[in-house]
Amino acid sequence: MPLHKILNRISIVAIYVLVIAGAIGFVLPLLWMIRTSLMPLWQMDIFPPQWWPQTFNWQSYLQPWIELPFDVFYLNSSIIAALTILGILFSGSITAYAFARLQFPGRNVLFVILLSTMMLPSQITLIPKYFLFSKMGWIDTLKPLIVPHWFAVDAFYIFLMRQFFMNIPRDLEEAARIDGAGFLKTYWYIILPLSRPVLAICAMLIFTFTWSDFFDPLIYLNSQDHYTVPLGLTSYQERSYEGPSNIGKLMAMSLVSLLPVLILFFFGQRYFIKGISMQGVNR
Amino acid sequence: MGWLVHRIRFSTKPIIKNKLLTMEKQFFGLKPLNYVILNKNMFNRISNRSQETLVAYFFLTPWIIGFGLFILGAMLVSFLISLYKTNFSNVFEFVGFENYISLFGDPLTYKSLAVTAYYTFISTPLQTILALCIALLLNQKIKFIGIFRTIYYLPTVVSGVAVILLWWWIFHPDLGLLNSFLSKLDVSPLPRWLYSEEYAMPAIIIMSLWLNGAGANMLIFLGALKEIPQTYYEAASIDGANAWSKFIHVTLPMISPAILFNLIINLIGSFQVFNASYIMSLNGEGGPNNATLTFVLYLYRKAFIQLQFGYASALAWVLFFIILIFTVFIMKKSSAWVYYHSEGRI
Repeated sequence: MPLHKILNRISIVAIYVLVIAGAIGFVLPLLWMIRTSLMPLWQMDIFPPQWWPQTFNWQSYLQPWIELPFDVFYLNSSIIAALTILGILFSGSITAYAFARLQFPGRNVLFVILLSTMMLPSQITLIPKYFLFSKMGWIDTLKPLIVPHWFAVDAFYIFLMRQFFMNIPRDLEEAARIDGAGFLKTYWYIILPLSRPVLAICAMLIFTFTWSDFFDPLIYLNSQDHYTVPLGLTSYQERSYEGPSNIGKLMAMSLVSLLPVLILFFFGQRYFIKGISMQGVNR
Repeated sequence: MGWLVHRIRFSTKPIIKNKLLTMEKQFFGLKPLNYVILNKNMFNRISNRSQETLVAYFFLTPWIIGFGLFILGAMLVSFLISLYKTNFSNVFEFVGFENYISLFGDPLTYKSLAVTAYYTFISTPLQTILALCIALLLNQKIKFIGIFRTIYYLPTVVSGVAVILLWWWIFHPDLGLLNSFLSKLDVSPLPRWLYSEEYAMPAIIIMSLWLNGAGANMLIFLGALKEIPQTYYEAASIDGANAWSKFIHVTLPMISPAILFNLIINLIGSFQVFNASYIMSLNGEGGPNNATLTFVLYLYRKAFIQLQFGYASALAWVLFFIILIFTVFIMKKSSAWVYYHSEGRI
């Protein structure tokens, strides 16, 4: 065999070894999570740690629901996610439509302002927003987590939608316009139905971000009845140097909390990857 | 020709339309541009400008309110609050720039800045390099590429509290996954990770590599790699370039815009790191001995634990200007090493 062919073989093998090693590295922590959630407590105290549970401890997945109102946390998280998705899709799409299709004085300046808000660190507006919501009596309600999103404050999604709207051929709208449809009707009957892919991408990304959001719920929600799933998880976290006694249950509940996102990811992977890589358009 | 133009204009089926358009081009030598101009004139006749402006601002109403209230207005109020000593209930005392002055004499400000800088300047380059390596690997022709991509992308999808809790457990000094590996490699003494001042921040950085090493960064690199024309590599091969010099002289310059983009995004993100240090340290205090007290965690504690909202607002403005300065600095310096190959793309 000639030398360059041997070298070629070696490099192919090296690539496979690297890819597989990396994949193991990325997946191992998740397997550790599953292992911990199913292992009986006494077996976890053994050092060095073992991988395979001697008996499967399914109680980890059942008991936490009795100890803490996780069902309420899931309900709260679902309400927030659903209303946030609706709010961003509604307010974002009409804003994006105006910037993509309508001519008006100040359009370019306003669009640059909109884009620049994407770079703004959220901490700068955090305290005034807290002040405003506390004056309105909204602290410890779900409202501060939902209402702002109905006012098109999420520039990234507006940008995504605008990019998509710009690529829709104008012909259809003009045909509709000649038939007597106004801007509102063209938006509702032509732009929105044609934009299902981008709306799906946005909805998935919004869901993942709101579902795992921790900072805003931490600030605005105080009583357990209003906790979201991430807050519930941290309040379930037991700190002990010797090894937390509820770690199996904590890992089980953490795993359950990831399920909606994982299911969404496996079914809509193409949309997901498209949406994330579209961030790259914004250079 | 009249009937054809008429049908093109009023047809609502795009397929028919495209067909007719090519016919039009072939038979009458018309460029599609003419057609667009034609339509634009027609469009202007039907709706007048001022009406369109009115409609536009009607559509923009939510954004104008949201921007005015939650962004521009909030920024102005944030500056005003930073001039007060206030707990938002009974104390409202105007102190001018005193918050900013005492902030610069506060050792914890410097501590939290140092912790954040340590995190940022180690994790940002490592994340970017790791993402590039993974993108280079996944850009090779290998079997089951879809499965590998899914696995590599998984950590980014599952980010959040659940995963931080998982890593908090992985870092457990006696029962955790990481130390069980290290003990097999005969590392001693084993690091106490989150319980030691020295290793707490490296632990958070390791987690951030797992979380962000693949994911969005990697996808952006992958997209950039796929856009490099194959002919460039062929030309380099003819000139006798080996794999390494192809990487240095073709790949790197061609993906430099993606590197810049990822660097800036990672930098902005890592200056604002909060969740990991809050969840991994005892009572969210940024311990042990402030070793994981990041800047935003300090801001959070000042505002929502100690109720010094004026001081916290001043901290927010310091953070704002630090991020602004670094972003502008990188952008300014970038013209030296970022290469834009086509004039159409910015």
